[in-house]
Amino acid sequence: MKKHDSDSNPAPVMPALPEPLKDLKIKYTKIFINNEWHDSVSGKKFAVFNPATEEKICEVEEGDKADVDKAVKAARKAFELGSTWRTMDASERGRLLNKLADLVERDRLILATMETIDGGKLFSTAYLMDLGACIKTLRYCAGWADKIHGRTVPVDGNFFTFTRHEPIGVCGQIIPWNFPLVMFIWKIAAALCCGNTVVIKPAEQTPLSALYMGSLIKEAGFPPGVVNVVPGFGPTAGAAISHHMDIDKVAFTGSTEVGKLIKEAAGKSNLKRVTLELGGKSPNIIFADADLDAAVEFAHIGLFYHQGQCCIAGSRIFVEEPVYDEFVRRSIERAKKYTLGNPLLPGVQQGPQIDKEQFEKILDLIESGKKEGAKLECGGGPWGDKGYFIQPTVFSNVTDDMRIAKEEIFGPVQQIMKFKTIDEVIKRANNTTYGLAAAVFTKDIDKALTFAAALQAGTVWVNCYSALSAQCPFGGFKMSGNGREM
Amino acid sequence: LPLLYLQIFINNEWHESTSGKKFPTYNPSTLEKICDIEEGDKPDVDNAVEAAKAAFQRGSPWRQMDAQSRGRLLHKLADLLERDRVILATLETMDTGKPFLQAYFIDLEGCIKTLRYYAGWADKIQGRTIPVDENFVCFTRHEPMGVCGAITPWNFPLLMLVWKMAPALCCGNTLVIKPAEQTPLTSLYIGSLIKEVGFPPGVVNIVPGYGPTAGAAISTHDSIDKIAFTGSTKVGKLIKEAASKSNLKRVTLELGGKNPCIVCADADLDLAVECAHQGVFFNQGQCCTAASRVFVEEQIYPEFVKRSVEFAKKRLVGDPFDARTEQGPQIDQKQFDKILELIESGKKEGAKLECGGLAIEDRGLFIKPTVFSEVTDNMRIAKEEIFGPVQPIMKFKSIEEVIRRANSTEYGLTAAVFTKNLDRALTLASALQSGTVWINCYNALYAQAPFGGFKMSGNGRELGEYALAEYTEVKTVTIKLSQKSP
Repeated sequence: MKKHDSDSNPAPVMPALPEPLKDLKIKYTKIFINNEWHDSVSGKKFAVFNPATEEKICEVEEGDKADVDKAVKAARKAFELGSTWRTMDASERGRLLNKLADLVERDRLILATMETIDGGKLFSTAYLMDLGACIKTLRYCAGWADKIHGRTVPVDGNFFTFTRHEPIGVCGQIIPWNFPLVMFIWKIAAALCCGNTVVIKPAEQTPLSALYMGSLIKEAGFPPGVVNVVPGFGPTAGAAISHHMDIDKVAFTGSTEVGKLIKEAAGKSNLKRVTLELGGKSPNIIFADADLDAAVEFAHIGLFYHQGQCCIAGSRIFVEEPVYDEFVRRSIERAKKYTLGNPLLPGVQQGPQIDKEQFEKILDLIESGKKEGAKLECGGGPWGDKGYFIQPTVFSNVTDDMRIAKEEIFGPVQQIMKFKTIDEVIKRANNTTYGLAAAVFTKDIDKALTFAAALQAGTVWVNCYSALSAQCPFGGFKMSGNGREM
Repeated sequence: LPLLYLQIFINNEWHESTSGKKFPTYNPSTLEKICDIEEGDKPDVDNAVEAAKAAFQRGSPWRQMDAQSRGRLLHKLADLLERDRVILATLETMDTGKPFLQAYFIDLEGCIKTLRYYAGWADKIQGRTIPVDENFVCFTRHEPMGVCGAITPWNFPLLMLVWKMAPALCCGNTLVIKPAEQTPLTSLYIGSLIKEVGFPPGVVNIVPGYGPTAGAAISTHDSIDKIAFTGSTKVGKLIKEAASKSNLKRVTLELGGKNPCIVCADADLDLAVECAHQGVFFNQGQCCTAASRVFVEEQIYPEFVKRSVEFAKKRLVGDPFDARTEQGPQIDQKQFDKILELIESGKKEGAKLECGGLAIEDRGLFIKPTVFSEVTDNMRIAKEEIFGPVQPIMKFKSIEEVIRRANSTEYGLTAAVFTKNLDRALTLASALQSGTVWINCYNALYAQAPFGGFKMSGNGRELGEYALAEYTEVKTVTIKLSQKSP
């Protein structure tokens, strides 16, 4: 998600980076239904932690099936024929989304600070990239609201036929902890633009920004019941959503493992429509004729961004033999220049992993790399005595059968392998059940377009990585997902 | 109200005319001069085109700007129109004579909504990828056309300007605008807002002046890539001819109409009477959409005429700044004389004058709302566009007959049908040769819905997604590969 050279753009959108808020007060910790704040039906709460310090930030009401039921009732009522939301002009829906963007812009510092403390994300990244993407996505979808066109269709016989593109209804949305606010916006912006109502469950690790958005949604003027936020856990609140008989569609971003459970639940319950954004083991292919500096840099950011916790992480780097050694050398150099620490502080380049479970899984995969014979070039273990920090780690001489070449690591661990020919690397790149993204670095037009066609991935980048924009569709081939966002 | 913007607007600066000449603009209610305006002619148009061309050069700030940022600028322009709504409505009323409340609630509302609609399209101008035969990759780009000339009329000065400006800028073009000589004030004011919002210099240029001089300079200019004109069919033909003779610039035209309004016996009679009344009398009859041939099914004819006369007699004609006024003066002496001449022809040719039929004594350019019944198709008032407060009402027996008669004109802008019968409504909607068919309504115009004429009422469409095609040029890119890709 790089923004290039905003100086040539006379209407620049990259603001100067302020300091994070010193004393962030968490105001919204309850369940948001019908534009009101509710305690959980069970009375239970759960704790939210700062992964940099392992300290508790606060407690949040814990939603479960009963709360999901309440939220669905509210969303269903807001979707009734004749309701305020259903009779609102499409252009007015767009106005509300634009207002929401204005409010997110106004509270950008609050949200960025919150996202850092809750998610372990670098503050500069949260403020400039995450919040930037949120605002742009809201404005993009706002523009579509009154442009959802059906068609008139010339059928045989004495008939007049036209199509209407109607909202699906009540949409359940389950979002992850790696980009809490961005994923929240990706889901609600598209859903609301088309006139749906929403019940959204943020990840239990990172519920705070979603709940804050509840307050902005109310302030922007969305009618009650249009957006409802139920924090809670996957097996309880999440399952209640995927099994619910009165939810018309479920959208999920998370692991492939859980994605399968959700699609199964949808089938078993009421055949609700399903979209999934799941994991990846994305190949990044570097040719000898590539701009090597650019390739090293993009490959580095493409893997290490946000502590490696990206579905699009370029976690299998295939380098053409002639430039392999040089590529590895430069990648190690790049990975060594890192300051780890509290993501709120300036000058820190890497924050913590999100929680203990992820932390242990990553360390386990690192050990497997060592055991299975990959060459550990740098890093390879935890860092610091507090917080879930892992050293930036580079493995070379990786072969396709190793666990680190097959399984999604979701951590700061970079795998570099060697290849000889085009046909070979196409086969190896595609040899995975994943298919989210891929990249190729080359100056040759023929190679670039051949790979664009041959790679089984929802997004193919040429001479770049992680270039995402509200205007481009995003989603996975094969088991990286079903359907497209944006 | 201080009159601030009276000069030629080029490169975000205000200029005197090259010739030193000025021309007056009048208030048609009081017949007094409002002020003098710099009179643009060919040299000024040349300067404006130079500026617009430079602003469109590869690498310019406007060409480099992200599409989404173009959209943001259009949104901000809408914000400024909202801020200065009273000023603009006042200027429009002074310059055109239209009732202030209509300028404020209809003209300005249309402007703001149209700007916001196209702001949303800016980053959604999508080309396609196309599966061609053999080893090629093929895709289209929808590029801006370049420098667009826009010649706008005096009946809805600001609204007609925004209808052109919004899609043109949304697609990335630059503009040279010539507002009607009768009504330059609001178009020049918007120049100041364009500058305030931050459009780069040269993107929008405004050259007030006369048709045969400044207008002709635009239609014959070799460096203008496209021209959009709203006005009379007679001048529209000259423009298309000039475009062909010079550089084959692309042409869109919104011209006159002699629009049929068909009232069936099963219609909601009150609704039909009111809609037909507003349809012809709105804006002092000065609408290209004027319902200037009312066809009423025989059975309800006398009752329809009776109620229409009642409405016409109640219509309040007076000072456009008075909140009670529904009808102001005609725009100028020339139009005034033409309307009265056509009224005389109606009387002479045997139509029955039901009410009105003359000017309001000692009141300058005000004409009494006039209704003619027993009108037959061969009368001048049934064939020629009157553009005044004159309602000709004719009788019909059968649907087939009225379709034939409604279509017997070289115009084809709009049509309306009043009926409760589904079959009849859809039959007429298919049969009428009009760019817009209204069913049980009139003048229902929206930024989302395309508008334009069949036959000699125009070429091309404004508004909706369709307008984008009029402001983009399609480029097909075809790339050879060494082998066929799937």
